[in-house]
Amino acid sequence: MRIGGTVLAVLVVVALLAPWLGTVDPSLFDPASRDLLPGAMGEVTTLDGEYLKHRFLMGSDSFGRDIYRRVIYGTQVSLIVGIATALVALAIGIVFGLLAGFLRWLDGPLMRVMDGLMAIPAILIAIALVAMWRGGVLTVVIAIAIPEIPRVTRLVRSLVLTIREEPYVEAAISLGTPTWKIMGRHILPNTVAPLIVQGTFICAAGILTEAILSFLGVGLPPDVPTWGNVMAEGRAQFTEYPHNIFFPGIFLAVTVLAVNILGDGLRDTLDPKMAKRV
Amino acid sequence: MLNFLLRRLLSTLPVLVVVAVLVFLMLRLTPGDPAAVLAGDAATTDQIAEIRKTLGLDRSIPEQFVVWAGHLLTGDLGQSYYYKTEVATLIGQRLEPTLSLAALTITIAVLVAVPLGVLAAWRFGSWFDRTLMGFSVLGFSIPVFVLAYILIWLVSLKLGWLPVQGYKRLADGAGPWIHHLLLPSITLSVIYIALIARVTRASVLETLGEDYIRTARAKGLPERLVLVRHALANAAVPIVTVIGIGIALLIGGVVVTESVYAIPGLGRLTVDAVLARDFPTIQGVILLFSVVYVVVNLLVDLSYVFFDPRIRY
Repeated sequence: MRIGGTVLAVLVVVALLAPWLGTVDPSLFDPASRDLLPGAMGEVTTLDGEYLKHRFLMGSDSFGRDIYRRVIYGTQVSLIVGIATALVALAIGIVFGLLAGFLRWLDGPLMRVMDGLMAIPAILIAIALVAMWRGGVLTVVIAIAIPEIPRVTRLVRSLVLTIREEPYVEAAISLGTPTWKIMGRHILPNTVAPLIVQGTFICAAGILTEAILSFLGVGLPPDVPTWGNVMAEGRAQFTEYPHNIFFPGIFLAVTVLAVNILGDGLRDTLDPKMAKRV
Repeated sequence: MLNFLLRRLLSTLPVLVVVAVLVFLMLRLTPGDPAAVLAGDAATTDQIAEIRKTLGLDRSIPEQFVVWAGHLLTGDLGQSYYYKTEVATLIGQRLEPTLSLAALTITIAVLVAVPLGVLAAWRFGSWFDRTLMGFSVLGFSIPVFVLAYILIWLVSLKLGWLPVQGYKRLADGAGPWIHHLLLPSITLSVIYIALIARVTRASVLETLGEDYIRTARAKGLPERLVLVRHALANAAVPIVTVIGIGIALLIGGVVVTESVYAIPGLGRLTVDAVLARDFPTIQGVILLFSVVYVVVNLLVDLSYVFFDPRIRY
């Protein structure tokens, strides 16, 4: 868990400091510096028409864009998408879960819809939604979050059903505490630990799915520097220039691995019962 | 048993109906007029209105759903906007590569993961166990397309053992077929191996603590038989369950793997249809994949009787 946390912290710092990490302006590229190998010297044209000497640490792509710069900036996109996906899925899932757990008449229909949603493979929902909506980061986040909602809903619902039988909730009910207050004050705080764990795994899934969408060409627009887009761009030339795919691929794998390790660790610390089961 | 079978079959119906409604709504509530897409750029407003009428798009959404669902039940998935053929025919053409890929992947995954999981449980806490669990987290985390490119680079480009891309039909001979399919299947099986090995380990670990295992050992049964006949056999239900649940992972992986290895299957069809905004095809493929997922998990439920005779329906 410490390793996961440390790696993630480093990635967050990288994302925040992206403009100062020896990267050139994202809009700059030079056709003369196409397909450079990692570490090669090349030049970039500034907006004023000046030529700058620049070392392409991870080489350049077929447009002459610096892969190092795109990968570093891609960290921002990936982390934002991952965290936002987790937050959106958790927020909606918590509301649905509380409703299903508390309102008996809603429980059946809502959970049947969730069952149906779970039967459709997550990535297909995301692909179809993004294809329809097009658009930017927000669309992608929502499209990735939707298939994750049923799992959160189920988790919250099962927690609610257990917790509402606890003596302190019964006491609150018998004192005439309004339902929304019981949900907010007594039930929600007890769901926090498992939800944090779940949120971590959704975050990992979100980062991965965004990369897959971009890689398949259905995610964020190709000019947005994301790891998936860099890899998609590198596909055609993979045989000669494998580094176009390897560098963003390594970043992606390490990030997802770090988040997953963090999630496993959090689960073991926050939720010992669950740790034993898995 | 028959009673249970009927009830279990009936219980999948609501799920399938919900799936159908969701898939229908997902694409029918999209901005953009399918009739205009079908008619092409040069069409007049009258022509578009005509097409809208033949497609039934002038009716209300619930009416459209009833018509659409009625067609579904007869196996009519509609016309592809892009390929201008029946979606059902299109899917039929793309079925073989995907089924081959999935079958080989599951075979590899089960053959590798189950023995590894049993060994890890047997030597619980050893370096082998810890290494395997480490690799399993890694297997979950490494994106399937990154793994695909690493393997292509290593096995196909550097070593030259297997072809980089493409697909050969089974009808053209089993040799070329498996030759082309091996690398994609290995790529796709990694995440599956991680999943199954983990569950096998946990499940076998639990049975190894049972009294009958001690009895089996006490009566001098060879350790191999203890592990396979007693521990694994009793641990089978969770393993089969996770294989069923993993079908969802597999379907997601198929879309990506087929794209990387240029395999003309259903996954590739999905991506092409999305890029062309060919909604009837997207609908058809998503429906098919979801039905497969539901049916496989139904079969998994039914297989419990076979794996655990104590379970009676």
